[in-house]
Amino acid sequence: MSIRWKEYQAQDLFDELVFPSGRARKCAAPLCRYLSKLSDDELQERRVASELAIKSMGITFTVYSEEEGSIDRMWPFDIVPRIIEKKEWDQIQAGLKQRVKALNMFIDDIYHEQTIIKEGILPAELFEGSKNFREQCVGVNPPFGIWAHICGSDLVRDADGTVYVLEDNLRVPSGVSYMLENRHVMKRVFPEMFENYKIQPVNEYPSQLYETLAALSPRNISEPEIAVLTPGIYNSAYFEHAYLAQQMGAELVEGTDLMVDSDDCVYMKTVEGLTRVDVIYRRIDDEFLDPEVFNSDSMLGIPGLMRAWKKGKVALANAPGAGVADDKVIYAFVPKMIEYYLNETAMLPNVPTYVCLYKEERDYVLENISKLVVKPANESGGYGMLIGPHAKKDEREKFKRLIQRDPRNYIAQPMLTLSTTPTLVDNHVEPRHLDLRPFVLSGEKIFVTTGGLTRVALKKGSTVVNSSQGGGSKDTWIVDMGV
Amino acid sequence: MLSRVAERIYWMGRYLERAESTARLVNVNSHLLLDLPKGVTLGWWPLIEITGRQDLFNEHYDEATEKMVVKFLVADIKNYSSLTSSIYSARENARTIRDIIPSEAWEKINELFDFVKESLPGGLLRKKRFSFLQDVISCIQQITGLLAGTMLHDVGYDFLQLGCNLERADMTTRIVDVRSESILTEQTEDLTPFEQFQWVSVLHSMSAYQGYRQEVPGIIKSDNVLRFLMQNRHFPRSFAHCIGEAKSCLLNLPNSKTLVVRVSTILNKIDELKFDKLDDDSLPLLIDELQIELGELNQFITQAYFSLERTQKPRNKSRQVTELRAL
Repeated sequence: MSIRWKEYQAQDLFDELVFPSGRARKCAAPLCRYLSKLSDDELQERRVASELAIKSMGITFTVYSEEEGSIDRMWPFDIVPRIIEKKEWDQIQAGLKQRVKALNMFIDDIYHEQTIIKEGILPAELFEGSKNFREQCVGVNPPFGIWAHICGSDLVRDADGTVYVLEDNLRVPSGVSYMLENRHVMKRVFPEMFENYKIQPVNEYPSQLYETLAALSPRNISEPEIAVLTPGIYNSAYFEHAYLAQQMGAELVEGTDLMVDSDDCVYMKTVEGLTRVDVIYRRIDDEFLDPEVFNSDSMLGIPGLMRAWKKGKVALANAPGAGVADDKVIYAFVPKMIEYYLNETAMLPNVPTYVCLYKEERDYVLENISKLVVKPANESGGYGMLIGPHAKKDEREKFKRLIQRDPRNYIAQPMLTLSTTPTLVDNHVEPRHLDLRPFVLSGEKIFVTTGGLTRVALKKGSTVVNSSQGGGSKDTWIVDMGV
Repeated sequence: MLSRVAERIYWMGRYLERAESTARLVNVNSHLLLDLPKGVTLGWWPLIEITGRQDLFNEHYDEATEKMVVKFLVADIKNYSSLTSSIYSARENARTIRDIIPSEAWEKINELFDFVKESLPGGLLRKKRFSFLQDVISCIQQITGLLAGTMLHDVGYDFLQLGCNLERADMTTRIVDVRSESILTEQTEDLTPFEQFQWVSVLHSMSAYQGYRQEVPGIIKSDNVLRFLMQNRHFPRSFAHCIGEAKSCLLNLPNSKTLVVRVSTILNKIDELKFDKLDDDSLPLLIDELQIELGELNQFITQAYFSLERTQKPRNKSRQVTELRAL
């Protein structure tokens, strides 16, 4: 027995690798052929090899639950890769660059002239409720006018094959280390596939991240001191913080390692004494950055950090306040932003979005809630949302009340039929829904990862891909199939 | 190097060493038990004394039987110096400095942790215990070998070695302390025939037997053994060797002058000791003194390198170290 593609039920939706007939897409044909030649035992061997690699590489993520505290879990990984043709990817990549460029111009505008509001493109009443707007950032001029240096946008594909942007993560997006580690695992598991395919490498990311961060240094020195600021080992993305610091040769610091001195410069405590830090890639939220300015009980932050940043003595990536564009209500306006700031049409479409603040749209949402996905404006990780078609009646009623109580905080989107991809289940493959999170680096230059992190819902029929809620991941191959 | 990172390397070194010496201690006691003639009762209690956790043990266990003592020393996570706790702590420290230590070493520490978790409690059974503990020892040696062979030999490595050597020195004093009190408690009359066993087992528990035979001619006598374990400069687990290593590490570290002076004083004190002239009371006193010195040394290292106050400026550091000496 081995994988029989004829028995694979791709159904009516879009499958990334296989046509409904069971025939492989062009870019997936060599892979499907190869997989079907493997016996059950060989297939299991590969799976075990991948699990061993993940275990011994210590690729984990931390889940926090109130009952059990924090638990380190192995990174769930599926050995069947997701494949995208380079031709298609080039277009997506261009769309992402365009989008992030506009988003950065928007953030810079919001903290200065606010022309987009003054000219009536973004309604003032919509903006007023924005939770991630930081007054303390008004008038600050970060280098190159860039605020969101690292952006992770979630892409999904609908039944007709269109790729949509589902959301933009501009605060502290995570996942890129898993993208890099997934590739390492795949190279251990399927080395022969890398000989037969032209798979584009992903490993430039750490150097590009370094280059992006180094360019922000306030001191014009050849090797600026870069630090990755982590909340510590109990954060769900700690693995990634440590990994990126190591890959860049940067210091991995916690708040208690840093201090702001009377010269408003940031120093880290070393065994030799104090060393000045030029750039901080911070992986803690705005509210915890500086207890003098934000949350005063924050044990994670550094008193005086905002002062140092405002005076240009240290660069912060992402800049504080960048989350203002991370709001799902603001998201609905990104296509308009692209027109306004760049005078271009958005290359990557948004998922149609109902903004509950507007009565007409709200009424539609309340009436059709069983067909819609309702999301709070400022949550991430898939928390606090309602998937109408799958929800029970009382949950839907609860969300109706929540929306009516705080309409600004909710948006709704039609339920997309997310594309699927073959995923190993025991000894055969079954379709599972997936998304893609590419990462975009902005600074002096713009870089986009080759592909990104593919997240897959491991439960049958589920569309929730978050690792904290039963999702897994796959390696993402951008393959050059020639002409 | 970040102070916090240095501290975690230091403690990773200490915990790895602690786990290894605990494994060795338990294995050797089990073997000694087999060598004893019938009728001689061998205590497991001295092992509890060696680790200095008598109160905790009494709190949770009724009797110092083999089963209970082994469980306490190897598997009990309430005992923070147990083998399992030590490996857990070594891993937690390693986890936070993954960007510093070579990834193979991290992977091995991780594997060791999983191995211990999966092997317990079955690994405690007398039948399996020896090979389980032996596997733990060789895995830790693999890790220290990996670190020696692949980690940058910069200040981080000095902190690793510092931690490892101070832990070893500490364990050596503990073993000497308890064992020289005689393990054959209440067997005062016919002690002589078993004295050999006792000292051979002490040597084995520190992997010192072969080294001793190479360096010291003649029959195994207590003063010779003590001299070897405390003063020998070639045996890597002797007190003097460990402190000497700690001294060379400190010499590589910045602002270490007062610490080096301190360590040199300890070394001189050890060198001048005459073990054949020690009576029964003075050895425990000496050991107590050395243990206090080690404890203080750890404290001073912490103050000098790990716990810098937020408000402190670089130029203040030398002043802080001077203040330490006044203590």
